[in-house]
Amino acid sequence: MTKQTFRSFASVLAVGASLFAGQAWAKSDITIAMQLEPPHLDPTSAAAQAIDSVVYTNIFEGLTRFMGDGSVVPGLAESWEISDDGTVYTFKLHDGVTFHDGSTMDAEDVKFSLDRARAEDSANAQKALFAGIDSVEVVDPLTVKVTLSAPNGNFLFNMAWGDAVIVAPESIENIKTNPVGTGAYTFGDWVQGDSITLNRNPNYWGDQPALETATFKFISDPTAAFAAMMADDVDVFDNFPAPENLPQFEADSRFQVLVGSTEGETILSTNNKKPPFDDIRVRQALAHAIDRQAIIDGAMFGYGTPIGTHFAPHNPAYVDLTGNSAYDPKKAAQLLADAGYADGFETTLHLPPPSYARRGGEIIAAQLAEVGIKAEIINVEWAQWLESVFKGKDFGLTIVSHTEPMDIGIYARPDYYFQYDSSDFQALMELLNETTDPDQRKKLLGDAQRLIATDFVNGYLFQLAKLGVAKAGVQGLWENAPTAAIDLTQISWSE
Amino acid sequence: MSRNLILGALLSSLVLLAALVSFVWTPYDHAALDIPGKLKTPSAQSWFGTDHFGRDMFSMIMVGARTSIAVALVAVGIGMALGVPLGLTAAARKGSWLDEVIMRGNDLVFAFPSLVIAILITAVFGAGAINAIIAIGIFNIPVFARITRGAALSLWEREFILAARVSGKGAARISAEHILPNVANLLIVQGTIQFSLGILAEAGLSYVGLGAQPPTPSWGRMLADAQTMVSFAPHLALIPGLAIIVTVLGLNLLGDGLRDWLDPRIRVARA
Repeated sequence: MTKQTFRSFASVLAVGASLFAGQAWAKSDITIAMQLEPPHLDPTSAAAQAIDSVVYTNIFEGLTRFMGDGSVVPGLAESWEISDDGTVYTFKLHDGVTFHDGSTMDAEDVKFSLDRARAEDSANAQKALFAGIDSVEVVDPLTVKVTLSAPNGNFLFNMAWGDAVIVAPESIENIKTNPVGTGAYTFGDWVQGDSITLNRNPNYWGDQPALETATFKFISDPTAAFAAMMADDVDVFDNFPAPENLPQFEADSRFQVLVGSTEGETILSTNNKKPPFDDIRVRQALAHAIDRQAIIDGAMFGYGTPIGTHFAPHNPAYVDLTGNSAYDPKKAAQLLADAGYADGFETTLHLPPPSYARRGGEIIAAQLAEVGIKAEIINVEWAQWLESVFKGKDFGLTIVSHTEPMDIGIYARPDYYFQYDSSDFQALMELLNETTDPDQRKKLLGDAQRLIATDFVNGYLFQLAKLGVAKAGVQGLWENAPTAAIDLTQISWSE
Repeated sequence: MSRNLILGALLSSLVLLAALVSFVWTPYDHAALDIPGKLKTPSAQSWFGTDHFGRDMFSMIMVGARTSIAVALVAVGIGMALGVPLGLTAAARKGSWLDEVIMRGNDLVFAFPSLVIAILITAVFGAGAINAIIAIGIFNIPVFARITRGAALSLWEREFILAARVSGKGAARISAEHILPNVANLLIVQGTIQFSLGILAEAGLSYVGLGAQPPTPSWGRMLADAQTMVSFAPHLALIPGLAIIVTVLGLNLLGDGLRDWLDPRIRVARA
């Protein structure tokens, strides 16, 4: 290369760089990729996490809300008073809040939303959140009185869930395709199979967010996800599906990698009613046959925290019980022999698509084979998993991550898919719901964790890590995922 | 013998040998995980390196050859066992309603893209090696039926068949005793080609997760697993890819060479 051509080449580079910098400065839009596309956009009638990722705090808001660190702060409720016996919550609503269609948000809407969610025929995926509500009364347009049948220390936390957002009777009919909420962003466009666009709401009651528009793009294939990030097609990948690719992003100055925690307890769910898993010794053998660290290293390339019970390690009430089910194949074989399965047995291992399940399942099948349990791997799609495993309960073992926050209560539901039926645990949960004293609650939560760990209900593997990848200039992303959400109001571009 | 034939036979027997030896010996247990020793590049200890679970790639390729060959062999077997009699029958009853039914049935199966139907079959009856065999086998039937019929039709016009008919032999006996031996070389050549297509189809089905299920190693699934790791562990994709190439190339060369060698016209010209 001659000196002259080198110089002209360099100047082209310089112009290119300044153009790029100018563009970055003016940038007020963002493209955020996620793996799953929501089935529709009503967070109050489906369990799909993808719905919350798009709409939570962006389109819909609740009385209270989660922050990125997991704390619960006021949302549409400006303040509240709790009666001395802990059963009456009086919420004072923000003044001047309107829905995207122009109608005002008032106490009637709150009553409508809560009554709708707890109604007999409600399609709400988390009806338990509202189970303790006895009545909802409108005191005046900006005051709502919620009476509980018993004190519930979790009530404000419950109201922060995406399933408890405030909706309006005027727009409820088309909520699935045209969501109308009170949030800082309005629904723009949905190109099925490709993307959803949200636009900034100029009439938002709170502070105006930095971004004008946001596009959520759906990329399910991990290879395509990697290519899309590398080619600058997307600015953020909410939860990157291939942990093996993270070191490459870390080594590249164009990107930042955010490794945080989620509420996803990844477990080897065991059908507690199906022989031989109805025998506690067999379940204990399963627990001791599993080497958690090998699964975390092999399936997640080291991202994830081992757990010994169904509880998030970052929660203050967490008790580390991993020692209770430490890797000990000899003990596992002995327990199997005691239970009458000295030669092992055959079962099925249903694996949904995410790599934690598919790869983790191959490792677990190999580990179980070491102690004589022959687990036949059956790879299933999510729809099939929901149908045959979750609803049909036709499975021996399966691997799944339970991503709802504080969901230890599912163990009190005997008809839940892993079919754990313990009156002790159910009584403990009842006691917990009636307890408001923080120290007492913490103790009860510890007892609950110990009980399911010593009953070896499921194989407890690891807490799923949140693996976010973003362009270097993106600020305000949630590092952790206390709930499924991509909070656009906090996101901006650095200059 | 042509160079094609020799090279093809060499490559094919190499793969066959690997598959056969894997029954009695592999360098390591192909299913043994060694997570701390994952993603090692090829070395003296493990000739093809280790995969993302620390399994020995060489052992997996050997056992994978077994899976590929077993699936393709049985599938071609199904195709021959059903296709050849159908073709012979159609030729013997040329122009009859039976001929029409058989050949239009063939056209019907031919009209569908084979891999798509294979995906349909495995999706309905569940993924697994057995269903993959059936799916691939069904698509081999019309290939053999058509080839047999075409060759048999011209044979039926020949004098020695006429002589056989005059001597009182029935159509079925003529087909078995005179037609079949004379189309056998064609079938062997076609069988070799179909065999290589069967290996590709098995790899394709495994790649989309519908072939042999884990922990049974399969070249197609090894490729699929390697997808996200190509950028930092290319041997994970290159090695099963090369295995498929070597096998398919070997079988095609073998088929080509066999055709030249078995074709009487070329043989005469050469002599």
